[in-house]
Amino acid sequence: MTTLAPTGFESTLTPNITLVLVVVGLVAVGTALALDRSLVRVLLGMVLIGNGVAVLYLVVSGRAGRAPFVGEDPAAMSDPLPQAMVLTAIVISLATIGFLLALSYRLWQISGTDDVPDDAEDARIQRLARDDETSETYDRSEESTTTSDERAEAGESRG
Amino acid sequence: MAQLLLLHLIAAALAPWLAKTLRTKAFPLLALVPATAFAWLLVVATDVRDGNLPTQRIPWVPGLGLDLDFRLTTLSWVVALLVTGVGALVLLYCTWYFRDDDPTLWRFTSVFTAFAGAMLGLVLTDNFLMLYVFWELTTVLSYLLIGHNPGSSTNRRAAMQALLVTTFGGLAMLVGIIAIGVHHTYSISALLADPPPLDAVTVAAVVLLLVGALSKSALVPFHFWLPGAMAAPTPVSAYLHAAAMVKAGIYLVALLAPVFAGAPAWHALTLGLGLLTMIVGGWRALRQHDIKLLLAYGTVSQLGFIVAIAGLGTKTAALAALALVLAHGLFKSTLFLVVGVVDHAAGTRDLRRLSGLGRRMLPVSVPAAFAGLSMAGVIPMAGFVSKESALESLWEEAQEAAPFPSIYGYLALAAVVVGSALTVAYTCRFLWGAFATKPGVPPTPITVPHPGFVLSPLLLGVGCLALGLLAPFESPWLMPYAVTLPTGASPEPLALWHGVTVPLLLSLVSLGVGVALFAQREAFARAQARVPALVDGERGFARTLRAVDRGAVETTAVTQRGSLPIYLASILLVFVALPGMAAVTQGRLPEVRLWDNPAQAVVGALMIAAAVLVLVTRRRLTAVMLVGATGYGVAMLFVLHGAPDLAITQMLVETVSLVVFVLALRRMPTKFTRHPDSPSRTWRLGLGAAVGAAVGVIALVASGGRTTTPVSVDFPTEAYTFGHGKNIVNVTLVDIRAWDTLGEVSVLVAAATGIASLIFVRTRNTRLSRATAKALPSSNAARGTWLLGGRTMRKEKRSVIFEVVTRLVFHIMLAASLYLLFAGHNQPGGGFAGGLVAGLALVVRYLAGGRYELDEAAPFDAGLLVGLGLLVAVGSALAPLAFGGTILETTAVDFTLWPWGEVHLVTSLVFDIGVYLIVVGMMLDIVRSLGTGIDRQIAEEQEQDEQQQETEDEPEELQTEGARP
Repeated sequence: MTTLAPTGFESTLTPNITLVLVVVGLVAVGTALALDRSLVRVLLGMVLIGNGVAVLYLVVSGRAGRAPFVGEDPAAMSDPLPQAMVLTAIVISLATIGFLLALSYRLWQISGTDDVPDDAEDARIQRLARDDETSETYDRSEESTTTSDERAEAGESRG
Repeated sequence: MAQLLLLHLIAAALAPWLAKTLRTKAFPLLALVPATAFAWLLVVATDVRDGNLPTQRIPWVPGLGLDLDFRLTTLSWVVALLVTGVGALVLLYCTWYFRDDDPTLWRFTSVFTAFAGAMLGLVLTDNFLMLYVFWELTTVLSYLLIGHNPGSSTNRRAAMQALLVTTFGGLAMLVGIIAIGVHHTYSISALLADPPPLDAVTVAAVVLLLVGALSKSALVPFHFWLPGAMAAPTPVSAYLHAAAMVKAGIYLVALLAPVFAGAPAWHALTLGLGLLTMIVGGWRALRQHDIKLLLAYGTVSQLGFIVAIAGLGTKTAALAALALVLAHGLFKSTLFLVVGVVDHAAGTRDLRRLSGLGRRMLPVSVPAAFAGLSMAGVIPMAGFVSKESALESLWEEAQEAAPFPSIYGYLALAAVVVGSALTVAYTCRFLWGAFATKPGVPPTPITVPHPGFVLSPLLLGVGCLALGLLAPFESPWLMPYAVTLPTGASPEPLALWHGVTVPLLLSLVSLGVGVALFAQREAFARAQARVPALVDGERGFARTLRAVDRGAVETTAVTQRGSLPIYLASILLVFVALPGMAAVTQGRLPEVRLWDNPAQAVVGALMIAAAVLVLVTRRRLTAVMLVGATGYGVAMLFVLHGAPDLAITQMLVETVSLVVFVLALRRMPTKFTRHPDSPSRTWRLGLGAAVGAAVGVIALVASGGRTTTPVSVDFPTEAYTFGHGKNIVNVTLVDIRAWDTLGEVSVLVAAATGIASLIFVRTRNTRLSRATAKALPSSNAARGTWLLGGRTMRKEKRSVIFEVVTRLVFHIMLAASLYLLFAGHNQPGGGFAGGLVAGLALVVRYLAGGRYELDEAAPFDAGLLVGLGLLVAVGSALAPLAFGGTILETTAVDFTLWPWGEVHLVTSLVFDIGVYLIVVGMMLDIVRSLGTGIDRQIAEEQEQDEQQQETEDEPEELQTEGARP
């Protein structure tokens, strides 16, 4: 085994500016989409961000090289660890797509649109805050736990 | 000692069952549990006196200083005697207090026994963290006991009040414990042996600990919860609110007094608040008509008194405090139990209605008289001895002017005399109220109580007398605690008669004043009515609760806007503002290179162009295609980087995603709707650009920050030596970082289940419908071929070419998927890629032949497949343990198998098979849900529509048809 610093395993890294620009582009567009109301556009934004992050892994995994197989010269090999990380991420992104699509479909089925509505519960709380009200579960009774009995008895004896 | 606690725990667990079968007869049986503990305490009594303290140590979390340490000191011995002794007697008493048909017995027995155990643990533990755990256990259990009757709103509120107040104190105490524990120790005995210097942190910690103690022992300003807690059944009041739980605060004060009595604020909090409480409690007790509430305020008063004495910090006071704890525990539990008997016998606790009970209920009135005299401090009761001793300690303080100036000593003495006078007065009020024959009130009708019912109060009442008479013999057992206090001379032993001393004279004064107050009760009551309630903790409590609730509403309204874009934008803004700005301002940009390969620039430019077009288009499918294009671009970049496994997987995933998108979107509108209420376009684009730029800068700065060779430099060697494979990426997945993979496939399982449940809502699609099961009209033509599902589809939807191609490629794809799975260890491929190819084959079958064809191709439940995969993966992870290996260890097995010849089998292949099955299952779930599931819904809706139309068009015909049979 050679002790020379191999390609993929440099101890310092000079990032690939082309790939960085691809990351920037994908993430920027993905973020803009993710801020939309339509769940499908949100999902597409997430996919774009995911693709951008996959490329980001390439940036931090150093120079391109030969495929990482035993038998290749380690000096010419690309770093296998980020690749393993990205591999599972890719498959999970498929699962995420499936899940979010099922979610949008269900949303569409129920509301006739795939737009994410504002939360009704939160709107209620905002109304309470505007009216300076207490929450709905607040116990309004401020009567003492002991004097309530006393008063009841006192009332009885009076009557 | 741990065994005793375990015994309580087991008893509490069995109690519901015992109560169901034996009803109230379960109580005597459960009483044996604290009785056992009581007996053990008697056995070790001489050891404790002689200083051979029983200790027990069970390591639990040594790293946190959290161990099951137990130690029986004189202090804990005294409190434990009270806890176990009174506990056993109260449980016995419950036998006759509750009725056999009480539906809540199962809960009450269990909670009560558990409480006894928690209380015992609290005094036995030698670890502050454990002390806190037991402390809060008693809080929670007392909450359940106070709220015994959840149907009554007063009960619920009283229980909640007690819970909130004592938990507040408990949390303050926890902070104090941690402050001491982090800087010093969590061990109680170590703290006592070697106290930390009284610096700011320690003093703050001590004050917090005292807040906990004061809230538990119901001192002003926390006193209001205890009278409220009288909503609990009387045995609970007798045990928790007289003998046991409220003593926890006193226990803590007494525990800390030897080392912290000199701390600033200590005396103000213990002595000051204690004596204030004594007077406030006594004052309010005189205003009560309910004899139970009268006792409750009396308890508040007495607790204040004991805390004051326990906090004094001299040897004499320490002895007096222990004597007070014992005396109070005895007389107050007697009185509460008596109230319970009176309540049951007469049906009321109102002292204006009770009349003439004394003579007719001698077995109750006699112990009540003993206890009452003890409470008032009349010779020769235990209460007299202890109060005498307490007055002596204050007198001694005032004389010696240590540990604080004598002026405070005299003030305290005066306060105690006033408090005692009130005590005498409310004792008279109680005894008179419960038992006297009142003019103008007819004798209350009573039912004679069962002899067993009066046994416990009788025993405890006699105990009040016996403890007083035996006072001289009591001292040696209590003295070991008293001498741990640093201040003062060795105390006089307890005795009934010390001669004519100042304390005796003060006692007589308070007795006289108290009796006079009672004699002039009506005039005094009028005077009391004119004094406004100065100390009203309950009103403050209610105001605090309201303020907290309002604060919560306002905070929620500000932070929870309920809008997804706003939430996302806040997260992203923080990302740009903090790490993004940090990278821009602090980061150092490294040298960069243009590219590894010019092709990267071409692919990258296409990807960015596709991405930008997504922003422009309003057609859903176009957007999906463009996003897919960036995905294929990523795959190309993988190829250019030298990552064939990634490229294969990315290609497959991209293809599958496209299909899935199309399947799911087919029913939705073709265009995105415009949204007037979504953030404006420029705003979104601006934030997107900012986030993208931040990511870019961080990527550059972080890449430039690398200083050492990555860990993966050893992967090539390790992959072959330990993983027995040549494909380093695959070996990393199934061996080196297999734990991660295990976690990730679990995510897949969860996602697959989520997809299926979103579409099918109630049940996963287990109802399979195979094409062959559906009788096909031309079965002759079907012979010798497959892919019959197509015939179930409408003619215009079928594609002959697609069917033919499917016939050609389906088996090839399956073979390829297996090849990828088995070859993956040494060549590109693996479980993920193989599973995706198999899934894709199923997708092709579905597209060509419809839903029946899919069920034909995969005649099993997707959930089963996913579960099986997880089972295989986990099983293969655990299997090496059976052979003495470690989890997820890989071995290679070589053997000869005809007709293959030499076989080189690597065990991590099994793990990969699990991954493969999970991926196939997930794909099946996706196709079944978004494909078949939606198909079926469409079909059902169409049927419904048709039916509706029929009923609208031909209502008459249907009617006649319906009438025919």
